[in-house]
Amino acid sequence: MILKGKAHRFGDDVNTDYIISGRYKFKTLDMKELATHVMEDLDPGFYSRVEEGDFIVAGSNFGCGSSREQAPLAIKYAGVSAVISESFARIYFRNSINNGLPSIVCDSSGIEDGDELEVDLENGTIKDLTRGTEIETSPLPKVMLDILNEGGLVPFINKHGRLPVE
Amino acid sequence: MGKTISEKILGAHAGGDVSAGDIVIAELDYMMAQDGTAPLAVRSFDGFKEGKVANPGRVAFCIDHSAPSPLKSVSDLHAIMRTFTGRYGLELNDIGSGVCHQVMLDRAHALPGSLVIGADSHTCTYGAVNAFATGVGSTDFAVGMLTGNLWFRVPETIKITIGGKLGAGVFSKDIALMLVGDITADGATYQALELSGSAISDLDLDGRLTISNLAVEMGAKAGLMEADEKTLEFFRGRTDRPIVPVTADGDAEYAKELQYDISDLAPQVAKPHTVDNVVPVEEVEGTPIAQGLVGTCTNGRLADLRAAAEVVKGAKVDTSVRMIVAPASREIMIKAVREGLIETFLEAGATVVPPGCACCVGTHQGVPSDGENVISTANRNFKGRMGNGEAFIYLASPATVAASCLEGRIADPRKHFES
Repeated sequence: MILKGKAHRFGDDVNTDYIISGRYKFKTLDMKELATHVMEDLDPGFYSRVEEGDFIVAGSNFGCGSSREQAPLAIKYAGVSAVISESFARIYFRNSINNGLPSIVCDSSGIEDGDELEVDLENGTIKDLTRGTEIETSPLPKVMLDILNEGGLVPFINKHGRLPVE
Repeated sequence: MGKTISEKILGAHAGGDVSAGDIVIAELDYMMAQDGTAPLAVRSFDGFKEGKVANPGRVAFCIDHSAPSPLKSVSDLHAIMRTFTGRYGLELNDIGSGVCHQVMLDRAHALPGSLVIGADSHTCTYGAVNAFATGVGSTDFAVGMLTGNLWFRVPETIKITIGGKLGAGVFSKDIALMLVGDITADGATYQALELSGSAISDLDLDGRLTISNLAVEMGAKAGLMEADEKTLEFFRGRTDRPIVPVTADGDAEYAKELQYDISDLAPQVAKPHTVDNVVPVEEVEGTPIAQGLVGTCTNGRLADLRAAAEVVKGAKVDTSVRMIVAPASREIMIKAVREGLIETFLEAGATVVPPGCACCVGTHQGVPSDGENVISTANRNFKGRMGNGEAFIYLASPATVAASCLEGRIADPRKHFES
């Protein structure tokens, strides 16, 4: 699958409170509503700027902090097709894959805000079309690739009737 | 090759010999979700084609983050939890029971040697009682309920040895903040911590729980300690389940070994807006504060309330400060009432709120105003954490928070503990 969109650049240690604040997430399960507040404390204009298919590009430790699964869901419902980061916090990492939102690990330092990107999930490459560069990504562990390929953990279990480890 | 605590506990629950890096399916002894995560777990669970809760006796829901409910929309989410626990016969710890993590300990759901997941990142707290306990999201939690199992990557371990003796007015929270400052917010990502040494042994259980609570602020999957007589004493009379403490082998393999001596440690403060932005209290002394919070899963236990009460006893909270005290659980609040601690807080002018998360996550009970500084015993000071992105949160020990509340500015608590 090839994903295409624009990069929205963030820094290191983007925590789940920044992704979706506790003052919203405790009130509703309406993910479309939560999505309108995504990244609000860090970048209040983000939701209005982001377009379907765009990417969040961050430094290290993306998604640190709480276990709230509303974080990857709010990102997904805002239309973001994948998050590209140098590293992810572990609970967020599982949560994103469990909900079919790719978390892509690579050296993201050369990607600038607004760059047009083309992401090839199967081959593990990112083309920065603006800069004419190509970045190799770290492959996902097999268990997570299997979950992602089914669109998330619930669809995986419904299809296979077992956990994603044999 | 010897095994770490993580390798032994995960191996025992996966039914085989496992090593760091292995991906295993392990049987869960207990699982807990709270009102910020359980409703979404119920939704994920309802997404399964078929099935019921595999082990209803091993699941607890806790209503603590927005409790009592401040809004109709929150009440509707709480209702989802009450309906689900009723349908499957699960334990529900409703409003006023306390912070989920303290309830899990008070009710002896997290035991030495056990494997526990919680849909809350601070589930790592129970590492202090020798449980391999880790935070998961709502969907992983739903899978845990459905199958009774979950898949884990067996983590590498960082061995941390802490020696020395804490000075008067310096507490386990100061050790915890020092560790986060040194190891940083992602210094232990995907890894477990094993904490030991004379400074850990000297701490009471309450103090140890504070340190394990902050393991996730270093990215760690678990913050493990060995069980000793203090650990076993806590569980005496609380459970009939077998307690099987697990120790690390002498020749276990560690990713890294770190050593600290805390004899000269000063009270520590984490400045806005990251937990690893840690400095000695001297560097921020005098910073004006508008609100102070003593409580949460980090520091709402009896030892914490005692330390804060010792500081404010017979004194008055500065008129410029709202001091909020939230006992971590009903059991702790009852003990605090009996000891006269609650009376001490009230006489000093503090506001005592029900057992639960209080204003830690910005849902209710003390959202700060724009530009205000808050000093809190909690574990996170992210921008917006308390419900207002224009406020500034400092993290410190209960004694430092209490001392600061008396002066209206960040204060060194040591003067209150000189003999």
